[in-house]
Amino acid sequence: MHVPDGFFTATVSIGAAVVAAAGVGVALRRAKQELDDRTAPMAGLVAAFIFAVQMLNFPVAAGTSGHLLGGALAAILVGPYTAVLCVAVVLLVQGFFFADGGLTALGVNITLMGIVTAAVAWGVFRLITRVARNRAAIVAGSFVAALVSVPVAALAFAVLFAIGGTAPIDAGSVAAAMGGVHVLIGIGEGLITAVTVSSVLAVRPDLVYGARGLAKPLVLRTATGEQVVTAPEEPQAKPIRPFLVGAGIVSLLLAGVVSFFASGSPDGLERVAEDKGFLGQAGDHLFGGFALADYGDVGGIPVGVAGVIGVLITLAVGLGIGYALRRRRKVTT
Amino acid sequence: MGAGHHHQLFRAGDTVVHRLPPQCKLVAVVAFAVVVVATPRERFWVFGGYLLLLAAVAAVARVPARFVLRRMVVELPFVLFAFAIPVIGLGERVTFWGISLSVDGLWASWNILAKATLGVIASILLAATTEPRAMLLGAQRLRMPQLLVQIATFMLRYLDVVLDAMRRMKVARESRGFQARNLRQAPVLAKSAGALFIRSYERGERVHLAMLSRGYTGTMPIYREISADVGQWLTAAALPVAAAAVLFLS
Repeated sequence: MHVPDGFFTATVSIGAAVVAAAGVGVALRRAKQELDDRTAPMAGLVAAFIFAVQMLNFPVAAGTSGHLLGGALAAILVGPYTAVLCVAVVLLVQGFFFADGGLTALGVNITLMGIVTAAVAWGVFRLITRVARNRAAIVAGSFVAALVSVPVAALAFAVLFAIGGTAPIDAGSVAAAMGGVHVLIGIGEGLITAVTVSSVLAVRPDLVYGARGLAKPLVLRTATGEQVVTAPEEPQAKPIRPFLVGAGIVSLLLAGVVSFFASGSPDGLERVAEDKGFLGQAGDHLFGGFALADYGDVGGIPVGVAGVIGVLITLAVGLGIGYALRRRRKVTT
Repeated sequence: MGAGHHHQLFRAGDTVVHRLPPQCKLVAVVAFAVVVVATPRERFWVFGGYLLLLAAVAAVARVPARFVLRRMVVELPFVLFAFAIPVIGLGERVTFWGISLSVDGLWASWNILAKATLGVIASILLAATTEPRAMLLGAQRLRMPQLLVQIATFMLRYLDVVLDAMRRMKVARESRGFQARNLRQAPVLAKSAGALFIRSYERGERVHLAMLSRGYTGTMPIYREISADVGQWLTAAALPVAAAAVLFLS
């Protein structure tokens, strides 16, 4: 579901837009390594595929149906950086051409559905396929990666919401509701992603980015004996990337879980206050205070210091990842 | 959401709005959306003013209200969510028709509905008066990275091809008696998605080879130079400037 205009305060929208721009910038550089000069046509077709696959409704239960989000699928099939580009383009097209998702919320949408989803899915996928490299591990890894990426993106949404949502809903219950619903969605997403990856593996294993290096070497059996013609492509060992992605996941999870508990106790307090009838004297809710910040007199732009700090932290994390990737690129090339 | 998309986005016409260079329109719409989002939610009349401004643009561009309304279904999921906020919101509560509602929740609900609706109408008007290809050229003029513009170009060009391939698979599935009843049928759909990916990817490879054989070196030639003069920028700026004027003067 795409976030519309007016859902987040202007500060958070702009902060997320900067993070999204930095992420897409990094992805633009690295995608050229994943796809060399074929990037534009290939990524364009994959973006069209994601757009189409999002229209493929599958039944969940009792008349409700869900549809694939596709971020994890794209990351496994074409690589995480190309996936970020494809999802970003899909969201841009949906925003500008189909009026789906607010234009000022594009940064939030790209950050959550593109960058967070692809990074988490790829990190989880790499962790699993690092342990065991065979077809079953890739299918299982696809399932877990897609399953985990959806609720983590939902929790990231809840964190942004706690920083600068415009609705006075308790951040803990947003996290719980979003997380709960999206675990269910994630199971469906994981199932479809795993079967899709498995069916592509069966026909064109060379197309699955996550399965590079899995192909057996081509062997010529002649009268004189067996002769290896091509060595299997070994994916270069990249120790730092999984670490960064893993650190990202841990921090996201921490942020989600911590905000959950942080808001849990004031909520309980508030309930007690309500019961005891002294709610009027009680101060503002810890996170409600942020949400109320857009009552400010300066043209609706919140001046809440907390909101700004939250955005700055997000920014610092995003820029830090970008900087680390860039430095590493210079070292390797 | 994928369900609400259908294809008649652009309405050909020859009005002032249609003739404006796309880069001016893009900047104007985004600036307008920023002004709308920055407006304090207590100022009801300002939002009415914004709506009048958009109605004026629609009238000048000869986009009928029915066209805009039909395309606004995209917004539905969030409208439903907006209606839920007052019920689950925190803070001071009022009772209205026997339902206990949160005052802040009502404000938030109004805030999201008003701003999202204005944003959606502005995007619909932009897409209705700008050819998709021109919109991408405009984005390129605004220094959007070449690669992103190219990806979006290919996506838009082959979107209908991929969607048609998907439709043919659906016809093939259903003519063989397939019906999606519950999650157990999902693997069939997933295999369709896998086949669709292979077809899209292989088409991409063929397109790339065809482009290489025609001399593609990584950039697309621009046949139509679209430059905007000061007058056109000023015309396009009328919308956001008027919106800002409504905000600050009222």
